[in-house]
Amino acid sequence: MEKLPAWADLVLVPLISLALAALISALVVLGIGGDPIEAVSVMVKGALGSAYGWGYTLYYTTSFIFTGLAVTVAYHASQFNIGGEGQAQLGGLGVALVLLAVDWPHWSVALLAASLGAAAFGAAWAAIPAWLQAKRGSHIVITTIMFNYIAAALIVYLLVEVLRPVGQMDPATAHFPASAHLPSFGEIPGLSLVFSKQVPVNVSFFLSIAACFAVWVLLWRTRLGYEIRAFGKSETAAVYAGISPTRVIVVSMLISGALAGLMAVNNVMGESERLLQNASEGAGFIGIAVALMGRNHPLGVFLAALLFGFLYQGGAEMGLWTTIPIELRTLLQGLVILFTGALDTMVRMMLVPLFRAAPMKRIGGAA
Amino acid sequence: MASATETGRQATAAPAPRPPAIELRGISKSFGAVQANKDISIRVRPGTIHGIVGENGAGKSTLMSILYGFYRADAGEILIDGRPTVIPDSQSAIRAGIGMVFQHFKLVPNFSVLENVILGAEDGALLRPSLAKARKTLADLARDYELDVDPDALVEELSVGHQQRVEILKALYRHADILILDEPTGVLTPDEADHLFRILRGLKAQGKTILLITHKLREIMEITDEVSVMRRGEMVATVTTADTSPEQLAELMVGRKVLLHVPKGPANPGREVLRVSDLHVTDALGVERLKGINLTIRAGEILGIAGVAGNGQSELLQVLGGFAKGTVSGMIAVEGAQIPAAGKGATGQTRRQIGISHVPEDRHHLGLILDFAAWENIAFGYHSAPEYQANALFMDNDAILRDTEGKMDRFDVRPPDPSLPAKSFSGGNQQKIVLAREIERNPVLLLVGQPTRGVDIGAIEFIHRRIVELRDAGAAVLLVSVELDEILSLSDRIAVMFDGQIMGERLPAETNERELGLLMAGVARTAGAA
Repeated sequence: MEKLPAWADLVLVPLISLALAALISALVVLGIGGDPIEAVSVMVKGALGSAYGWGYTLYYTTSFIFTGLAVTVAYHASQFNIGGEGQAQLGGLGVALVLLAVDWPHWSVALLAASLGAAAFGAAWAAIPAWLQAKRGSHIVITTIMFNYIAAALIVYLLVEVLRPVGQMDPATAHFPASAHLPSFGEIPGLSLVFSKQVPVNVSFFLSIAACFAVWVLLWRTRLGYEIRAFGKSETAAVYAGISPTRVIVVSMLISGALAGLMAVNNVMGESERLLQNASEGAGFIGIAVALMGRNHPLGVFLAALLFGFLYQGGAEMGLWTTIPIELRTLLQGLVILFTGALDTMVRMMLVPLFRAAPMKRIGGAA
Repeated sequence: MASATETGRQATAAPAPRPPAIELRGISKSFGAVQANKDISIRVRPGTIHGIVGENGAGKSTLMSILYGFYRADAGEILIDGRPTVIPDSQSAIRAGIGMVFQHFKLVPNFSVLENVILGAEDGALLRPSLAKARKTLADLARDYELDVDPDALVEELSVGHQQRVEILKALYRHADILILDEPTGVLTPDEADHLFRILRGLKAQGKTILLITHKLREIMEITDEVSVMRRGEMVATVTTADTSPEQLAELMVGRKVLLHVPKGPANPGREVLRVSDLHVTDALGVERLKGINLTIRAGEILGIAGVAGNGQSELLQVLGGFAKGTVSGMIAVEGAQIPAAGKGATGQTRRQIGISHVPEDRHHLGLILDFAAWENIAFGYHSAPEYQANALFMDNDAILRDTEGKMDRFDVRPPDPSLPAKSFSGGNQQKIVLAREIERNPVLLLVGQPTRGVDIGAIEFIHRRIVELRDAGAAVLLVSVELDEILSLSDRIAVMFDGQIMGERLPAETNERELGLLMAGVARTAGAA
């Protein structure tokens, strides 16, 4: 396929894709008797119009950054990790076990320990599909999907049978000790001037930003990243160069699983402060869309996660304050994924003739 | 039947002066900013074999694709038998009497020859009448043109030479008067190529017009009546073959004087660098690909491995390069020390550590990561080298960049831009990137597979020079090539492989293409045994 200028590829194509998704969503809203303009204004106001709205948008963004990065790292090794959901839930288990084990002296120590627990459990959950792929050739897409179901069932079992405190009715762990409470933006000096109300976004947002940078360094500045990218582009060439496929597949999936698991620091440790059933709420799957739209680059992942954070929070507000049902949020997300992920080739094909025609006209004009 | 009527029509047309079979007038075609064809005009006389030569990227394939309806020209006119013809798709090309034999065959492997021939040219919904008609036509064609193929054989069971005949039969079955062949001898043994040329001469005698695209100047000299030379999208000359020479054609193609054979002094073989004993490789399907290979190479000599592609040369390179597939047995020793032939200790990394460099046969799938920048490819395989590390954690990308700039300069890689992705370089420049990476490691043993496949004539001379220089510096070189010319001009000794075995060793001065060709076809051993 012919190439577009870099700026068109990185900026114009996603924007047009988004506009198309928004347009079709607007038509659907019209079709069910709603007012698209009102919907948009409620979404924007609810998600971005106040510090309170931002507090939720950024909270979701944090989760999506982690799961988006997880998909990104695996993608560069040409592994399609669809298991972010299960890995994030296991990460939650890791967080819960770590935080309930000891009375932590300070939240920063607790954060470090919980991060390690989340990463270790997420990585462990990715390790089995990775090993099966590397050694047995079992397709990673199939195995990671299956592991999502296994994870959900395992967590329910553990919550109901093992971790539920005696006498508690709902399937959840006990509350984490108050010393492990992560400061939210409303509690951080300086930020608290802006975020006056209680908001879920917390210090793990900065952890997610650090993770973006760390993934960028890993992929483009280290030998391991070089091997991951080389293997992802061409397995045969990687083998010629002496890169071990087993090592790349397993290590990249471990990192991917660890990143997905780290999401639990945001939602389990930072927000619910105990492990609930289905704590990840589909963020693992949204990570796929985030990585796709972010072109598997940490900066793109950050921007895409921000967009999906906005859609998530804005959609909730729309469901709350308009007659449009909240299910439309799912439709909008679906359309965004469809257009930015699956149909961006179509958008690019529509743009190619425009960019080809432009210089020719100039020549024609001169002649 | 078909051929008889065709011939009849041409015979009646013969007395009047016939217009050119193909005439192109001012054909231009651009892809974005790249102009692949610039104002190309050519006249191909009917009943002749017309060669088209040019380096990779000269625009030959684009021109042929326009003629066969894959692309539409931006400007210009096509005349077939003097009639202006619009060819928007390949169906129209076939209707205009044009048949095309691609370099990579377009056959259905698990269909029979007959089924392949009628595919897309069936008469009606039922196959039986078409098959019967095709069977008769094929018998006639086989008789007229030495195009014998068992009509009921499955294509996947045919040799490459026979598969090519099926492609030609397909074209003739569709009443092609003009046959375009794209690099037809690339996959053939010398004997098969000779047979193909006899077929082409037979077709010419029946009044067919043949366009032959090739980079092998020897073939052009041998079989064509006229030859057109393309360079950078333009038609630079059309000459009568009898009035030209390979040297002149090469000069026209490149735009400067080219040495077709690199001068090289006698070898000074030193200590033994590589010894391979009784090497066997059996692939995952249980087929034995190497059947007991024995060979040695000394420092300062080039051992050339001749053979038709697919006779075990690739497997030999893979084992030596440390990435064998399947089951391996046998002994490999480098400078007297035995090294593992396969398994844990045999990887590309361990091979490089003991001084084995490898320019692989397939630079697109092995030697390069096409999406990686040139500088990233310069580190490929040597990405653990100490000079490329900034510290224990990070690679030193700046150091690799600087190294790449130097290598691009010394190996004349164009354009000398380390940040361009490998895929945007021409074949010759891609190969120079791989060579620069492997040769500048000063290996004790250099493995080279098909060093000039898909490489421009101008770059071939350069690449050959570098290989000879490395030999003169004392390296042992294992050269695998399907180009006999290349084997004969570079090797100090020649081993011929056939069916996973070495059929014999010859000295270049004491052998010729004829003898090597027989060995390549596995004839000598059978004859010797009988």
